[in-house]
Amino acid sequence: MNADFLVRRIAKPLVFLLCLLPAAWLVAAIIALQTGGIAGWQPTSLGANPVEKIQDTLGIWGLRLLLVTLAVTPLRVIGGWPRLLAFRRMLGLFAFFYIVLHFLWYLFVDQAFDWPQLLADVAKRPFITAGFTAFVLLVPLAATSTQAAMRRLGRRWQELHRLIYPAAILGCVHFWWQVKADIREPVVYAAIAAILLGWRLWRHRRLRAAAAGQASSVAGTRRPGAERNTSQNQQPTGARPPVHAFAEQPPAEQ
Amino acid sequence: MSDDSRTRSSEITPESVYRSRREFLAGLAGAGALAVAPPASTQELMNVTLVERLQFKPNARYSTSEKANSFAEVSGYNNFYEFGTGKEDPAANAHRLRPRPWSVLVDGECGRPGRVALEDLTGPHALEERIYRLRCVEAWSMVIPWIGFPLGDLVKRFEPTSRAKYLEFTTLQDPKQMPGQRYGVLDWPYVEGLRMDEAMHPLAILAVGLYGKPLPNQNGAPLRLVVPWKYGFKSIKSIVRIRFTERMPATSWALSAPREYGFFANVNPDVDHPRWSQKSERRIGSSSFLTRQPTMKFNGYAAEVAGLYRGMDLARNF
Repeated sequence: MNADFLVRRIAKPLVFLLCLLPAAWLVAAIIALQTGGIAGWQPTSLGANPVEKIQDTLGIWGLRLLLVTLAVTPLRVIGGWPRLLAFRRMLGLFAFFYIVLHFLWYLFVDQAFDWPQLLADVAKRPFITAGFTAFVLLVPLAATSTQAAMRRLGRRWQELHRLIYPAAILGCVHFWWQVKADIREPVVYAAIAAILLGWRLWRHRRLRAAAAGQASSVAGTRRPGAERNTSQNQQPTGARPPVHAFAEQPPAEQ
Repeated sequence: MSDDSRTRSSEITPESVYRSRREFLAGLAGAGALAVAPPASTQELMNVTLVERLQFKPNARYSTSEKANSFAEVSGYNNFYEFGTGKEDPAANAHRLRPRPWSVLVDGECGRPGRVALEDLTGPHALEERIYRLRCVEAWSMVIPWIGFPLGDLVKRFEPTSRAKYLEFTTLQDPKQMPGQRYGVLDWPYVEGLRMDEAMHPLAILAVGLYGKPLPNQNGAPLRLVVPWKYGFKSIKSIVRIRFTERMPATSWALSAPREYGFFANVNPDVDHPRWSQKSERRIGSSSFLTRQPTMKFNGYAAEVAGLYRGMDLARNF
């Protein structure tokens, strides 16, 4: 049993099922609510305000998985676990899955087709504007998550997928602006996002400086864009850290 | 304001909490607390609480005919940050509160200030049931059968002076009983207030119970305000102090976010919260699981209370 087999046949299905758990919990709780309770599930497991509970559960799991997706690269590089990359697309798509449901729930259940109200909300309420913008930013990422799209877009795929950074920031802002007074929980999420993005910035600067030093020692003078060229040429995944902080190979999946 | 004869309730030893409860209940309506066997444990005491009944008369004039929320909903979904900021935190943590013995400090611009034992404070008042709508500033609502008495009747007993323009209420501050106060989510203790004419309005009540029973701790035991035409946060819970003041009290939410919460906080679909719409609300309860309903001005009590605000710009005085 080799490592590839473990990842593909054991770990990935396991992570897939784990990612589905919150959705499965919600489905069971909704069925319990509608039927007056099934096998161990109380009809009250969603509390007195099920619409809000479902809305919040979908949103928080969207944000959690977005941050987990952002943690893949730091863990891969710091921990030296190149195989983690194999999970990134699935995690990102699950984040999008919960965020889409969160958005649709707001659209069709919370606002119940009240389109004028909805448009006014998106324009007038900063926390909704932030959340909606984050959702919109993630749409092209989900749409270009296939192998074919990666091949077609080439290097631009990476540039495009950096949209996850503003999306994660806006997701944290959306959460923060939504609470009335108790910011303890959104602060935790914002701090995690800050660490994950801060690490990328730090690494980007450090590698830039290293590349600049290397370029000047090789060529005598520093050529503008030297580190950029290096990053383009140096693509193998995982084994060597890419020189450009953001330049990562699209997941090399089977 | 030496008032030794009135402090006796606060000095009752913990062992006799149960007896004091029976005395309190008997005192509340003159007679009528159901006699029950003394409990053996705290858990039993809590169970006993659920079977005790208050004596009251329904007040049809000030009650809505809308379907009331279940006891489980009313006592299981609460905003009471003293016990945590989650909606289910109060029900989970409020067992730490000891609502007996209890006393209330009444002071400020009035002729009869003093610290008053709860039974003396509420004793003279006949209890009524008022089935009121409650509209939370978070755009959800309930219908609750409160047991209480008009705040105005109590105000008169303390003989406010001509300088008494406002009433300021304060919630208990004790992080041991109220674990949510360990965090500075709000500037504790919680403070709310009413203008004197609002306090004297017959719709404003002090509640001691709901669904015919003493208030569950998470609903603001043993004494809370209910002002049905204002957002729920005005209806301060577990009151330990009532002060008559000349100046408008600085209230907790208005201090916390002055742009979002004002002193008046009248329910008003035309004045949105800066972060969300107040035009509609979700009525808690399974029959209305998926629908919102339009929010009514003054929460449907405009006929009674709109006159209090004649000539005021409600968009500015939100």
